[in-house]
Amino acid sequence: MLYIFCPHCGSRSQNEFAYGGDATVKRPELNKEISDQEWNNFVYLRKSPRGKHLELWHHISGCRQWIKVERDTSTHEIFKTYKADELTE
Amino acid sequence: MSQDFRLDNIGMVNRNKKISFTFNGKKYFGYEGDTIASALIANGVHLVGRSFKYHRPRGFFGVGVDEPYAILQLERNNERDPNIRATEQEIFEGLEVKSVNCWPSVNFDIGAINNFLKMFFPAGFYYKTFMWPPSFWYKIYEPFIRMAAGFGEASIKHDKERYEHKYEYCDLLITGSGPSGLASAYAAAKNGARVILAEDKPRYGGSLLTSDVNIGNQTGAEWSEKIITELKSMSNVIVKNRSQVFGYYDHNMLVMSERISDHLPKTQKYLPKQRLWYIRAKEVLISSGSIERPLVFGNNDTPGVMLSSAAKEYIKVYGVLVGKKPLIFTNNDSGYETAIEFKKNGVNPLILDTRKEPSSDIITEAKNLGIEIKYSYVVVAAKGYKKVKSADIAKISDNKKDLSNIENIECDCICVSGFWTPSIHLASQSGNKSEFNEKIDAFIPNKSKQKENTIGSANGKFTLEETINEAFNKGYEVSNKITENNNKLSIPTVVEKKSTEHDKFWCVPLPKGKSYKRFLDFQNDVAVTDIELALREGFRSIEHVKRYTTLGMATDQGKTSNLNGLQLVSDIENKVVPQVGHTTFRPPYTPVSIGAIVGREVGKHSKPTRKSPMHEWHEKNNAVFVDAGVWLRPRYYKQGNETLFEASKREAKNVRKNVGVCDVTTLGKIDVKGPDAAEFLNRVYTNAWLKLPVGKARYGVMLREDGIVMDDGTTTRISENHYHMTTTTAQAANVLSHLEYYLQLVWPELNVNVVSTTEQWAGAAIAGPNSRALLMKLFPNTDVSNEALPFMGYKEANLFGIPAKIYRISFSGELAYEVNVESDYGNFMWEKIIEVGKEFQIQAYGTEALSTLRIEMGHVAGSELDGRTIPHDASLEGLVSKKKDFIGKRSLSRSAFTKPDREKIVGVVPLDKTTSIPEGSYIVKDPKAKLPNPKLGHVSASCWSVEYDNPFSLAIIKDGKNMIGQKLFAMSLLKNKTIPVEIVSSHYVDPEGKRVRA
Repeated sequence: MLYIFCPHCGSRSQNEFAYGGDATVKRPELNKEISDQEWNNFVYLRKSPRGKHLELWHHISGCRQWIKVERDTSTHEIFKTYKADELTE
Repeated sequence: MSQDFRLDNIGMVNRNKKISFTFNGKKYFGYEGDTIASALIANGVHLVGRSFKYHRPRGFFGVGVDEPYAILQLERNNERDPNIRATEQEIFEGLEVKSVNCWPSVNFDIGAINNFLKMFFPAGFYYKTFMWPPSFWYKIYEPFIRMAAGFGEASIKHDKERYEHKYEYCDLLITGSGPSGLASAYAAAKNGARVILAEDKPRYGGSLLTSDVNIGNQTGAEWSEKIITELKSMSNVIVKNRSQVFGYYDHNMLVMSERISDHLPKTQKYLPKQRLWYIRAKEVLISSGSIERPLVFGNNDTPGVMLSSAAKEYIKVYGVLVGKKPLIFTNNDSGYETAIEFKKNGVNPLILDTRKEPSSDIITEAKNLGIEIKYSYVVVAAKGYKKVKSADIAKISDNKKDLSNIENIECDCICVSGFWTPSIHLASQSGNKSEFNEKIDAFIPNKSKQKENTIGSANGKFTLEETINEAFNKGYEVSNKITENNNKLSIPTVVEKKSTEHDKFWCVPLPKGKSYKRFLDFQNDVAVTDIELALREGFRSIEHVKRYTTLGMATDQGKTSNLNGLQLVSDIENKVVPQVGHTTFRPPYTPVSIGAIVGREVGKHSKPTRKSPMHEWHEKNNAVFVDAGVWLRPRYYKQGNETLFEASKREAKNVRKNVGVCDVTTLGKIDVKGPDAAEFLNRVYTNAWLKLPVGKARYGVMLREDGIVMDDGTTTRISENHYHMTTTTAQAANVLSHLEYYLQLVWPELNVNVVSTTEQWAGAAIAGPNSRALLMKLFPNTDVSNEALPFMGYKEANLFGIPAKIYRISFSGELAYEVNVESDYGNFMWEKIIEVGKEFQIQAYGTEALSTLRIEMGHVAGSELDGRTIPHDASLEGLVSKKKDFIGKRSLSRSAFTKPDREKIVGVVPLDKTTSIPEGSYIVKDPKAKLPNPKLGHVSASCWSVEYDNPFSLAIIKDGKNMIGQKLFAMSLLKNKTIPVEIVSSHYVDPEGKRVRA
């Protein structure tokens, strides 16, 4: 079970969190004309990298904040966590 | 009663407390502190089971977790507990155990015929044997294999024992209380670290209990007693015995199973059987020790052949002799320690040492004691079927290939020592890539992967001095890193007998003309020939060899067999062991009860149960409850002998005719507040929200980004910047997370806050033509007329002194209101509604009637919004704004969602007006069409229309809007029914929606 550092609450067990997927996906702006392909990429296409991955976790049984976690998908090492609005490196 | 093999003056069992138990129906006794194994050996019992494949007799091989043979089944409190290791299970008064894998008895086992047919059961025989004909598989092969497979029978009864879970955090977890564990725990604890010390056995001390050593002028046992006593008294230390750390998981989380009352007759009601500890440790010291390695020779699985360290522990800890004519077969000095213990207790052993001219302190001592030693000697084969009776021994040539001077000597046990194998399982599980150490012929941990260090013999350190030094230093070092204290203890002096290196010899060659079975894996009957066969057949990877031959599998996971197996593979392949590599160590290290893994999360406790504030009233009024997510909701209120069907029909009819009240507390409620709340809702919902006036509610549909409907519900503008959103019961949590996602990550510039208020409000839906009349009586000071409180209106009012909120919204399709009060007043509100409603023939209605009402109105719910439908499919396209953007809008223009024959919701009525259509039925044009019959869609919800008194269903079918009026068929393959139906509008009752606006 992972031990995730929540920037709001401190280190907490994984079972307080819900996984939220790739944190680098950016939603297209509202009212912007975009192609089917672009939209499809946003909704469905995700990379599944082996190694470093910036991902979203929701501290659902804690502060209810969405946070960004930089994690190695093969070793589960967590390098850094960020608040939702914090700039990632 | 005397025990032939019990020694009087040695051992740690409590001689003042005799305990009787039964084994295979026969009564035996032992002493408090005995294991089943030690008590049976004391009684001269060595035959306890039959092997897995050949049903060969099985005795005891070890004295702890590594035991491959003595797997018994325990019967306790009328429950069966299979997979009990006799070497670990302590006896208690009334304990009943029996042998497994034998029939009719362990002494006479029919399955032993396999032993004589063993040429038909080589490695991988089941891959070759059960192939043809395919039709035999289900009826003959599989039942046969299932019957033959496994050790013991699992209980099929509900396990009434109590298992618990515990979460713990510490600076340092130390796994094992041998010399390295004790020393490091002591050093770290004295330096202020919060320490957990876990010991698998009942007694602390590990090898110190059985070795003839001195630490700081005390015997090993005295020193360990002193240290453990002091550790127990320290507030920063948790010391646990009978506790196995069996798994090393991510981020330094380890799991430990504590056997709390496995060794007790059940007496205390609330004492758990086992407790599972989830331990998050800042640092871990693995001091799990090492396991003696067997030597491989003919019939080396005969009962009476056992590890020499086990024989020593039976003497020193339990005061039990494993034999009176012992043969010690060793390739290192450890066998001498055992021989000396035998000698000291009046038994004359014979040592066969594979080495030519070894010399060390302990060998000198053995000689001085007059123990007979034969150098360059080996055991060729054990003789005896159910117990060792003699052994063929021989001189072995210097190159270890040729045997000479074969003779038979009498003996009743053969204690083998093939040197030691470090238990690197936990380190390996943590991700540590092990390395092969040539000196000890075994793998030891390499560079730390997580925050773990391995010390003592688990790290390949086999002298006590090295171990104690390393442990004291590591304990200090690790604790200093955490506590930054500098309290360094002085390391006590250690006295032990110097010993020499082991002989790399491990497998005795077969004498000419003999074909003894030489076993590598004792639990799975894997012999040298099986590995040879696997390699001949082309298996190369050790992982494949393992799976093909079952080497190292089953409950002991090859604790004694792995390295010898690797040696053999590398010998045949002309490789060295590190090239062959080892199989992966996975948790658990020892078998763990499923009960312990589940803990208290059984039955109703597997999830929380949520109840509305009116729950007690429902109970008192004969509500039959249904699970709605984690909520308990009244399904119907039973009157007399009513069935579900009758009751729900009565309740629904009463809503259509008079007035009903339904508990809607479970609906998700979310407060949306802030200056940008309207803009936010406008982006979340498909319809327009910017112009909703204060005091008005609006129905809204929200989508996921892929265009699928996520949820629906009404949201009311309470004040300028305050909205009250409702969600379905099932989706409440998801919707909140969804809103938080967009507010925190996508549109952080919006000044809006959301919070769940589901628990804060109790809700009652009052529905039916009499509802307004009832409301007028409930709220005499509030104008609830159609003009003052129109459909989708909202008012704050006063319910007999209690602040209440009235929303004029309707799920039933009738004139209806939802009244909310603070949860604490929920029951008060409910009782008032029932009391005042009497004159209007009010009846409470449950979810079944609620479903009936919404289905015949064509209102969609979870069964239509099932994660596959877009607004169009549920006839909600009118709510999709063309002007503004919202979550998921772009997806709606995808071609699959816009094709002309897109699925749409319709109503379905059986032509005979009497046959109910099972939910899930397919709608098809031709019921006799060849399978797979092209289906048009499926029936999502069915009810008995109380308005028309005939069955009515909703279905989502292809090109639904053009299907109305068609005669089709509903086919239920599950119920084997084909029902001719007519497709009608989904709005079966009041299609113009006059009633809600009345």
